[in-house]
Amino acid sequence: MPVIEVKGLSKVFGKNAKESLNLLDEGKKKEEILQATGDTVGVNRVSFEVNQGEVFVIMGLSGSGKSTLIRLINRLIEPTEGSVMIDGEDLAQMDKDNLRRVRREKLSMVFQNFGLFPFRTILENAEYGLEVQGIAKEERAKKAKEALELVGLGSYVHQYPEQLSGGMQQRVGLARALANDPEVLLMDEAFSALDPLIRKDMQDELLDLQDSMKKTIIFITHDLDEALRIGDRIALMKDGLIVQIGTPEEILTNPANEYVERFVEDVDRSKVLTAGHIMHRPETVNIDKHGPRVALERMREEGLSSIYVVDGHRNLKGYVTADDASEARKKEIKDLNEILRTDVPKVPLDKPMQEIIEIIYDTPVPIAVVDGEKLKGIIIRGSFLAALAGEGEVKTNV
Amino acid sequence: MFDFIPKIPMANWIDTLTDWIVDTFAFIFDPLKNEFGDFIEWIADLLASIPPFIIMLLVVVGAFFITGKKFGLAAFSLVGLLFIENQGLWTELMSTFTLVLTASILSVIVGVPVGILMSKSKVAEAIILPILDFMQTMPAFVYLIPAVAFFSIGMVPGIFASLIFATPPTVRFTNLGIRQVSTELKEAAEAFGSTGAQKLFKLELPMAKGTIMAGINQTVMLALSMVVIASMIGAPGLGNPVVSALQRAQAGAGFVAGISIVILAIIMDRYTQSIYKK
Repeated sequence: MPVIEVKGLSKVFGKNAKESLNLLDEGKKKEEILQATGDTVGVNRVSFEVNQGEVFVIMGLSGSGKSTLIRLINRLIEPTEGSVMIDGEDLAQMDKDNLRRVRREKLSMVFQNFGLFPFRTILENAEYGLEVQGIAKEERAKKAKEALELVGLGSYVHQYPEQLSGGMQQRVGLARALANDPEVLLMDEAFSALDPLIRKDMQDELLDLQDSMKKTIIFITHDLDEALRIGDRIALMKDGLIVQIGTPEEILTNPANEYVERFVEDVDRSKVLTAGHIMHRPETVNIDKHGPRVALERMREEGLSSIYVVDGHRNLKGYVTADDASEARKKEIKDLNEILRTDVPKVPLDKPMQEIIEIIYDTPVPIAVVDGEKLKGIIIRGSFLAALAGEGEVKTNV
Repeated sequence: MFDFIPKIPMANWIDTLTDWIVDTFAFIFDPLKNEFGDFIEWIADLLASIPPFIIMLLVVVGAFFITGKKFGLAAFSLVGLLFIENQGLWTELMSTFTLVLTASILSVIVGVPVGILMSKSKVAEAIILPILDFMQTMPAFVYLIPAVAFFSIGMVPGIFASLIFATPPTVRFTNLGIRQVSTELKEAAEAFGSTGAQKLFKLELPMAKGTIMAGINQTVMLALSMVVIASMIGAPGLGNPVVSALQRAQAGAGFVAGISIVILAIIMDRYTQSIYKK
């Protein structure tokens, strides 16, 4: 059952909103409208539903309208047109008192730069949403403490935000949002200001929390890897439009081709970058030394479903899957050769990204990047798309 | 040249306007002039009747604690106040202090709400900004004339003129301080369902506090700089010896009164600064 239904939601920044909307109906593009009316189209007739307990990720590059969209949902920005239905009420139409009530009871927001009040303690920050509702001091302190315990900050209640690290500050932001016990959490680039390792921890923690809380979450990000990691469904935005909505699997296996092409057009990285630029360090096992038990252990540690197999000179021999390895261990097979698969998708170091596109959607395992016979690295789908979109960690001087 | 344009009787119009205001609003000006004036003078007299060493003690001990238990300001206050007392200017000091304090408090009472209004409304800002510019650039002597017309001579017109001259920084800094609160924090307050008043009192004013206090510090300093000018319309205080020294070309007497104003200025400046730096 959908908790939030967004229908035909639009935002035009400027003075000639009506005219601009008409031009949009005629199929004019964002730039043409800017020239004709001087208005900027932020969000263009966006519709989607978010179901109870779902993590719905809105992903787009900067300027795609994703931050505007999330602010239209709780009306921090007034929509020009369209509706946002929550429990049968249209947020876009309601008066100020009702809007305030919905914001207090049903929607909470987590901000990119945390949005904590520097002159309030951690506890006072977490209490804020309850305080404005006029809830008695003991009760709100109790609820805020519970929320802080939930994010692992139970012992920091009397510190001030500046005394905490970025990751901890964002936990406070999350606790403040959870203290209200909202139906929907709006998270605006919530982890983007954190450094990569902390970001990954926070993603894991959010997923853990989500397992027990089953909140409905709308999560904005520009990071495709993050979107793929945490999203139940992902909406891809470009120029204020939602280009595609689907599960991570659907997005990866069946991308709106035009969109990927346009990415390529825009940045033209695919012609420039090669396999060597975008590959990652591979996890491997040594065929001469290791057996299925080690392979399985390593896959478990790294959270992989398959692992590459090399010999003592790092020559690529093939790969084993987790299923096969677990089977082999039960049968007490000691030799990796017996379960080795050799149908490896291989590309040389200097293969351009453009030519890898065709391979990457068909392969069940990461692509092996080889120099002669030697395994140099692997390419996984998520980082491939991210590199294409200009967001991945790209080593330019390999 | 341009003789064909007759001279616009601007000065006459202003005179007429001033007369009209005096007649029409006498019911406001008279109680201000009489009751309020008496009240202010009563305070000044009260301060002057307290033995100087008690006030010195309060100021020195206060200075010690307000600066974080440092001796600098306390020592300076002690020496400075002893010097003023020694020069026989203690009563004048108390009058000046009363005038500056009253003008500053009134400036804050008027200035902070006006600054809040400005920060909330672009229209209000567009209207008020040029008025503030006008208040600050018009030579201060010019206020004295209507001030005398409204309140005759003495402490009250001095406070009135100081008020006009000294209020703008409080207004400007309040406006600035509130506008400087980051968009994300304002969004956070709104996203959690704050009312306008909750946003103002729970977020914006606490965030702007330092900036507003800096504005109040400026207001106090400007009020103090009006002391000499106010004494030309009979406001009692340290300005009087300066003005009479000027008329009699007594460099020494002028300097002594001047240095007393500087001592008061430094003490008041450091006091207000230590409050907003906390």
